[in-house]
Amino acid sequence: MTVSKDTIKRYSIRLGDDAVVLGHRLSEWCSSGPFLEEDLALTNVALDFIGRARMFYGYAAELADDGSTEDTYAYTRDNREFTNLLIHELKNGDFAFTMARQYFIDVYSLAYMEALQNSSDETLAAVADKAVKESRYHLRRSHDWMLRLGDGTEESRSRMQRAVDDLWGYTPEMFEMDALEQELADAGIGVDAAALRDDWEQTVHATLVEATLEVPEGDWAVNGGRQGMHTEALGHMLSDMQFVQRAYPGLQW
Amino acid sequence: MSEHMKLYEVFIRSRRGLDHKHVGSLHAEDPQQALEYARDIYTRRSEGVSIWVVNSSDITASQEGDCESFYDPHDDKPYRHATHYQLPEAVNNM
Amino acid sequence: MSQDVPQAELDELEAQFQARIDAEEKIEPKDWMPEAYRKNLVRQISQHAHSEVIGMQPEGNWITRAPTLHRKCILLAKVQDEGGHGLYLYSATETLGTSREELVQALHDGVAKYASIFNYPALTWADIGAIGWLVDGAAIVNQVSLQRTSYGPYSRGMIRICKEESFHQRQGYHIMMTLMQGSEEQRAMAQDALDRFWWPSMMMFGPHDAESAHSARSMKWKIKRQSNDELRQKFVDQSVAQAEEIGLKIPDPELKWNEERGHYDFGEIDWEEFSRVVSGNGPCNRQRLQHHIRVHEEGQWVRDAIAAHEEKKRQRAGKAAA
Repeated sequence: MTVSKDTIKRYSIRLGDDAVVLGHRLSEWCSSGPFLEEDLALTNVALDFIGRARMFYGYAAELADDGSTEDTYAYTRDNREFTNLLIHELKNGDFAFTMARQYFIDVYSLAYMEALQNSSDETLAAVADKAVKESRYHLRRSHDWMLRLGDGTEESRSRMQRAVDDLWGYTPEMFEMDALEQELADAGIGVDAAALRDDWEQTVHATLVEATLEVPEGDWAVNGGRQGMHTEALGHMLSDMQFVQRAYPGLQW
Repeated sequence: MSEHMKLYEVFIRSRRGLDHKHVGSLHAEDPQQALEYARDIYTRRSEGVSIWVVNSSDITASQEGDCESFYDPHDDKPYRHATHYQLPEAVNNM
Repeated sequence: MSQDVPQAELDELEAQFQARIDAEEKIEPKDWMPEAYRKNLVRQISQHAHSEVIGMQPEGNWITRAPTLHRKCILLAKVQDEGGHGLYLYSATETLGTSREELVQALHDGVAKYASIFNYPALTWADIGAIGWLVDGAAIVNQVSLQRTSYGPYSRGMIRICKEESFHQRQGYHIMMTLMQGSEEQRAMAQDALDRFWWPSMMMFGPHDAESAHSARSMKWKIKRQSNDELRQKFVDQSVAQAEEIGLKIPDPELKWNEERGHYDFGEIDWEEFSRVVSGNGPCNRQRLQHHIRVHEEGQWVRDAIAAHEEKKRQRAGKAAA
């Protein structure tokens, strides 16, 4: 059975949503980093994710072939139409929260994109090729920050522990598969995210231990992002992000 | 910031075959972090294929006061330069 | 240090120093230099560095609202560049023996200044166009001139910065151009941005030469290579045609081509506004500085943490070796 273009389009939008939402959050750090060097480095990561979003959205637009562009997806859809995993949209919090989130996502994203490199869909595989290189660097950074902040001062450790605890329940969602993703995984186009879970847990546990942090109990889990059930944070993010396009619809900028 | 973080000098090889060239400095806590920040700060436009970072305090520099004894003695040794030797036109591309 | 040196020797050193400058040789960090030259440089370069860093804020204010993903990437890269340029310039100042920490402290204490233009708010998307086109345009006119400044690290920083900034002005102009090709509302937005940013951009070149406190000596030492008024004229001359090209009107009724001079004549700057904003009464002065202070304070625990982590690593390595 062949997979419909529409299914691949929706998949590409999901991956674009993940990237644009995280890229946006990271871009909020620009001019607010803990020191100038880190400010610049974080912005590079933001640029990578927005660039990634543009590639996934661009491919979705190509598949849709209905006049949509990357900006149609980013700027004219509401809250409920966004299908990113929730962890991406959470507010930045402090630097510990931002970095813990980044680390969890980087470990996941690297494994995910490595798997997507084998996609039978050439465009997705090509985007993944580029993403893997970026993610390797992101992970190197965020991993080091886990150690520095976890095994730093009393304050940094407690901030990092709180961040890990507060994020933990958003991580199981990364490994959930719904019918759409299962169909794509079976067809050799999409990634079987569930299969990435054990490695992710092992890697993350090891880092938490090295960083002298406690591995959380895992007694809570939130999901719904892929179905458009978001936290309240996303709506505010979109009202900011989409302001110009909403106030002056249909124009060139 | 600088009350903690050390100053590093950054050197970049812009292309294979060229020397590393000093491009500036930055603050970082350790050499690895310095290397990563050098990548993020000094190669944003693909300026490099290789980076060196050196703790600024590890550089020993010649002093202006040394100029006379360091460099002037070289000025009277023109025989080290190719242009010192007048050769016939026919072989002058030697 | 220089107090210990006899006056005659000092005069001799200063004469050598000036001779080197007159011969268009660069001054390098380890060279002898008059204390006043060093101080003047630290003041100018750090002011320049602070301007780059504080300048991240008005544009940063629009990063999350940039109207397309492409524009968002451009703006993000541009604001990041400003931060990078601040960093290059802090580096240049550090070669003069003043640490970044001291410079930042001086900024927070209100001792060090930054360009007043950044005390104006970025209210609409068109302001991002106007800032790139005019504010970066004015900065580039100044910086191109400073590539020939007498202090080596400053000059090299300027060369690097000019190279990187070539896209800054162009992207700003491109925003204005796109708006002018758009709807009625967009054109009005662009004109409004020009109306608000024109005069503050003109002020960026500082007081008239006759009234400029540091100018004469800076010129003699070739820290500055062209005077405030020369640079301002250059900026006006280049901007008029750029505005006309896309149908924008520069808000100066006295602006007129002067055949004889070969330059545009233009109206007088509102110097009262200039000194009002410089002395802290611009729309955003407090907010800009407070943002910088807040971010610096909020980052303290992070900086403490990496220092503590590094120390732990060192101790562990020491133990392992023992």
